[in-house]
Amino acid sequence: MKSFIPREVESLWTLFTAPTVWAMHFIGCYAAVAVYCAKAATLDISFDTVRLALGGFTIIALAVIVLSAYLAWRQWGFGSGDPPHDEPTRKDRALFQGFATLLLSGLSFVAVVYAAIPLIFIAECQR
Amino acid sequence: MTDERLTDRCRPTRNRRFSAPLCPIALLLATCLVSSCSGNHSTLDPAGPEAAKVAQLFYVMLVGGAVIWIGLVSALIYSARKKHQHSEQTAGRVILWCGAIIPTVILCALLSYGMWLMPAIRPWVPDDQQVRRVEVTGEQFWWRVRYLDEAGSVVFETANEVRIPVGQPTHFSLKAADVIHSFWVPSLGGKMDMIPGRTNPLTLTADREGTYRGVCAEFCGESHALMAFTVRAVAPAEHEAWLAERRTSDPQDAEGLAVFLNNGCGACHAISGTAASGRIGPDLTAFGERGTLAAGTLPHTAEDIARFVAHPGRIKPGVKMPHFGMLPEHDIKKIAAFLKELR
Repeated sequence: MKSFIPREVESLWTLFTAPTVWAMHFIGCYAAVAVYCAKAATLDISFDTVRLALGGFTIIALAVIVLSAYLAWRQWGFGSGDPPHDEPTRKDRALFQGFATLLLSGLSFVAVVYAAIPLIFIAECQR
Repeated sequence: MTDERLTDRCRPTRNRRFSAPLCPIALLLATCLVSSCSGNHSTLDPAGPEAAKVAQLFYVMLVGGAVIWIGLVSALIYSARKKHQHSEQTAGRVILWCGAIIPTVILCALLSYGMWLMPAIRPWVPDDQQVRRVEVTGEQFWWRVRYLDEAGSVVFETANEVRIPVGQPTHFSLKAADVIHSFWVPSLGGKMDMIPGRTNPLTLTADREGTYRGVCAEFCGESHALMAFTVRAVAPAEHEAWLAERRTSDPQDAEGLAVFLNNGCGACHAISGTAASGRIGPDLTAFGERGTLAAGTLPHTAEDIARFVAHPGRIKPGVKMPHFGMLPEHDIKKIAAFLKELR
């Protein structure tokens, strides 16, 4: 059976996946709340609906980051080798990229959680 | 500690850790630290529920920061001792836990705590709730204060001093006429920016009577540091009586008023009930009631009023009011005496 997840990812783009998701989540959350609060009087949507929608967006963003982290972990050999992976070989380059992607995924995961915390506590727009 | 013992401790000896010149410096620093813990301009001496939450946030952060600092210094001292030798694997675990996981959890907790406090620091007042409404506009370098009725219409205007009733929330609509200012009364709550073209809301409540000092907390020009104001919190009944009384004004000093008007002061300043109706400068109705002069810069005396009228730019650099030093001294004194007694 063909695997849904590619067996090997040899691209530098994977390095940017998690930070890109973080940036999109950050912009999405801020833009959605800013637009809603500016247009609240003319929109037939409650603020709780906006919070729930952004909560769902947050879960999707975290899921993509976790997937990115899994691929990175696999590329790193599931932690079988210790960094710094600085030999001028193809194997070390792949391990280094996997390790760096894993760290960036961790950072992005935490950043997305932090950006989503206000959704729990901020319950209305102040006009 | 008595003075003798203090002097003895500060005496320079070979075995003491601090030399004599360091003791006065340490005492001065300690004095500076505790001097901001009370008074009418201190976040640490809250006079309202919003300010109390800000102070609570400060103390929680202070304790949290102290615990982290102690832990960090302890770890530093521990690691500096050579007898503790650990494997590379243990060192890696310490870096992972102490450098990544624990700080992330602590930051998450502090962020959540700050967010949880926000509704109490910035209480929400619905438009239909009956509260006192005051509009404050920041201008270089003074505060235009307008009291509004339930419909939002201006009842009367004053400057550099706000009166609010104790125990009742007052809703402030904050605006700016020229550049960005920031409205901050540390004893009553957090600061709020005043941005040209926007109206920012802020609700403050005083839970005890008193006069509290406010400042502009955003650099706005040469005399930014001289842009202060006062908030007087009085009993609700007294506040109601003042509002009713303040709607009308009857200047008694006809001669002083004539000098004031003849020299063109009324082109920029308004005095209710007179021909002075200028809107450029602060409204001077009931000016004699104010506690300070020139937005909290000078004491409210006839001499200082005369000094300011003659040369405002020497006291507040960059002020828009032209100097009137060319007027006969007699006229300046007349104007000062008239303003001092204006009720």
